[in-house]
Amino acid sequence: MQNTIYQKIWSQRVILNLIFLLLLAAPLFLSDFRLNLLGKFLAFAILAIGLDLLWGYTGVLSLGHGIFFGLGAYCMAMYLKLEATGGGLPDFMAWSGMSELPLIWIPFQYPIVAIILGILLPAIIAFMLGYLTFRNRISGVYFTILSQALVLVVVTLFVGSQNLTGGSSGLTNFNTFFGFSVNSATTQTAFYIITVIVLGLVFFLSRKLVKGRFGKILVGIRDGENRMRFLGYSPSAYKTFIYTLSAAIAGLAGMLFVLQVGIISPTMIGIIPSIEMVLWVALGGRGTLIGPVIGAVLVNAAKTGFSESYPDIWTYFLGLLFVLVVVFLPKGITGLFEKWNDRRKKQDVSSSVEVEKSYS
Amino acid sequence: MSQAVLKLKKVIVDFSGFKAINQLDFTVKPNCVHFVIGPNGAGKTTLLDVICAKTKATTGEIKLHSTKELSKLSEDQIVHQGISRKFQAPSIFQNLSVIDNLEIAMKQKKNLFSMMKAKWTKEQKKKINEMLELVGLKEVKGQLAGSLAHGQKQWLEIAMVLMQEPDIVLLDEPIAGMSKKERDKTGELITKIARDRAVLIVEHDMDFVKEYADIVSVMHEGQLLFEGSMEEVQNDPTVREVYLGRKVEENVVN
Amino acid sequence: MNEIILTLFNGVSLGSILLLIALGLAITFGLMNVINMAHGELIMIGAYITYVIQNIFINYAPPEYFDLYFIISIPVALIVAASIGMLLEVSLIRHLYKRPLDSLLATWGVGLILQQTARSIFGAPNVGVTSPSFLSGGLELGSLILPYSRLFILGLSIICLISIYIYFFRTASGRRVRAVMQNRQMAECLGVSTRKVDMLTFAIGSGFAGVAGCALTLLGAIGPTIGTSYIIDAFMVVVVGGVGALFGAVSGAFGIGILNTVFEYVTNATLGKVLIFIVIIAFLQWRPSGLVMSRSRSLD
Repeated sequence: MQNTIYQKIWSQRVILNLIFLLLLAAPLFLSDFRLNLLGKFLAFAILAIGLDLLWGYTGVLSLGHGIFFGLGAYCMAMYLKLEATGGGLPDFMAWSGMSELPLIWIPFQYPIVAIILGILLPAIIAFMLGYLTFRNRISGVYFTILSQALVLVVVTLFVGSQNLTGGSSGLTNFNTFFGFSVNSATTQTAFYIITVIVLGLVFFLSRKLVKGRFGKILVGIRDGENRMRFLGYSPSAYKTFIYTLSAAIAGLAGMLFVLQVGIISPTMIGIIPSIEMVLWVALGGRGTLIGPVIGAVLVNAAKTGFSESYPDIWTYFLGLLFVLVVVFLPKGITGLFEKWNDRRKKQDVSSSVEVEKSYS
Repeated sequence: MSQAVLKLKKVIVDFSGFKAINQLDFTVKPNCVHFVIGPNGAGKTTLLDVICAKTKATTGEIKLHSTKELSKLSEDQIVHQGISRKFQAPSIFQNLSVIDNLEIAMKQKKNLFSMMKAKWTKEQKKKINEMLELVGLKEVKGQLAGSLAHGQKQWLEIAMVLMQEPDIVLLDEPIAGMSKKERDKTGELITKIARDRAVLIVEHDMDFVKEYADIVSVMHEGQLLFEGSMEEVQNDPTVREVYLGRKVEENVVN
Repeated sequence: MNEIILTLFNGVSLGSILLLIALGLAITFGLMNVINMAHGELIMIGAYITYVIQNIFINYAPPEYFDLYFIISIPVALIVAASIGMLLEVSLIRHLYKRPLDSLLATWGVGLILQQTARSIFGAPNVGVTSPSFLSGGLELGSLILPYSRLFILGLSIICLISIYIYFFRTASGRRVRAVMQNRQMAECLGVSTRKVDMLTFAIGSGFAGVAGCALTLLGAIGPTIGTSYIIDAFMVVVVGGVGALFGAVSGAFGIGILNTVFEYVTNATLGKVLIFIVIIAFLQWRPSGLVMSRSRSLD
């Protein structure tokens, strides 16, 4: 018994390591174009892990992670934009008649500051919203609605502040990152490798977090928030922390996204992308960490394949996917695997019982 | 009898006009099995609620060890003051194993940052093993709590309450739905744990009360009607009237 | 002075639109605790039904009867939206009553499909609906003109509010609905068919979305995403108002409507949105369960 559990963990770890190595080696056998796509999907996968910590483990559904992703992406994009103009005014600002760099853009001249803010800003906003709602025991669908309203507010703000954010066309046309040309294949491969490493780190640390006592507390909060209070826990502190953490992870993902895709605009962070992120987690299997990674890659691969040639059919498919996953696959793809595994194991047990019988 | 561990003074709980508890004075003494009985709607469960802060007292004070005021604290702060509660319906964590349930219930620092670095200590392992032994769940410790039988779930929840090493244990109908054998076991356990703490129990089963009570309080319409040993309760005319009053009259008429 | 009155009027008008939308939500979300993300698309269906009926009148009816199209559209939109809502409840939502977050996601999927269907049938660009002649023009108050269309929506929302009130509080059928929502088991024991009540309640909530869609055609062109632009605000109305309370929905709708217009007038459309969100969060610090609190003794 002890042995099989050990074996199971061991084999899981081996599989995870193999996947990680395979992803690291991908530049050797993928074309630049495909590598770039995969890098984008993996940036999404990083976000999905954070969303899974929040939804899968803690039971808090956020429909607003696009915003945190976007804040990270915009922070990075602002730096890249300033790099591209060589300290001058970005083109859209000149068009809207500004003569001087606005105050909030100034810190983004420095790449390190931009990277720190790309993680910190989403974390701060999530912390404020989380603290003010969870503290008052606003939870479940009410929180979900508020998190969606946040998207509406931030997107309106980004579109409306044309002279600060580039409005609905967003930020694009970047040149260099730390002096390296962002469009060269070598830099893009480096971005890809960084993305894989960050994904590995985020996955490893999240796994460490949820496998310990902390993870059991999160599950406790998900399944019985009130009961946890009577065990002496303050669920609001835990929920605020996880919400903040997952927002920071989303910001990180946004930065890696913008480096590889080269554009960020409000439509990429709005209500529809935000809820699509939830679908990645649901399809892959919530509360598993690996599931959301698989879900993010699968959905986006399908989207890339489909939506360019048949955008209409893609929307139908997406809608249908929401319904089907929720009704028929609440545990996602990893849930399917588990079921299949269980069945196989049961067969093993019954056959071994028969063997024993025949021997006795 | 020694000094009171918990004292309620003039507590009122007002549910928009309906006073579930009305000007209640109530005392809990250490090392006692203390039962609360009374007809439906007498305010028994509300009494437990107000002690563990599930419900806030509208007015009045609740003092622990005659110094610490409890009525302003939140549920989790009350737990850290040494008061633990078992609810009527089993509310264990179905998706965690038996041992996981005990692990998170166990007395420890429960704030965010100490939890992030929490590690098993030898002492903690020993405590959990002893508890599993005590409530007889050793064989099923690795199973998911959701897969336990009803009686076992009740036991697990009692174990979770005890893992918090409380000074005062609040139990709401602990033997509901238990077989005769399980009740006896529960009764023994209650006697055992009351050796070094106070146990306050809301119960409807009078045989059970009779067998294990040190003190019995009778509540009626949100107030304390009578307090004493079970014998005294049974012989008290006012209690008889509340419990049996109408029936007696009906019998006379008939 | 005039500007202040006009701003207030616009606020009340926005409030009445929100109320019209939120009334349906107050029923499906407030009473049944189902987040129907497709509610916005039911509004869209109501709007397109009005558009279709208008076209039928243009093509087949004598011009002097043209205005009648709007009168006919309201009940048709109500019935069609209610039937679609009922279909949705029977086929999908009833499987998810115990999983509110999941029903939110599934209905979002349904909403996407409905939106895309509308896009396939009517095309992505917005289409216009000509307001009936009796609603063009406005009421002149000194130098102010209050458009009849907005006054009509205000009146319509009040009529809908009153009919919901009468239904829930003055009829046997409405009493059954309230009984089921307050204590499902008990109602079932007393012989109320909870399945039927769920279906009916959801249909009523959806029907009002259709009416709201019909009314929105008076305000401008309509497109496949017409519902989504209002739906989040409408959900906020229900959250602020307190769940399951008509009075809360009314004060929430007019509160948000008026504040929104005032903020947008004082600052601009963008900052107005930010301010209203901050006000709502601040409000929830004071009243976490909304304006009208329902107190209960049950756990959770």
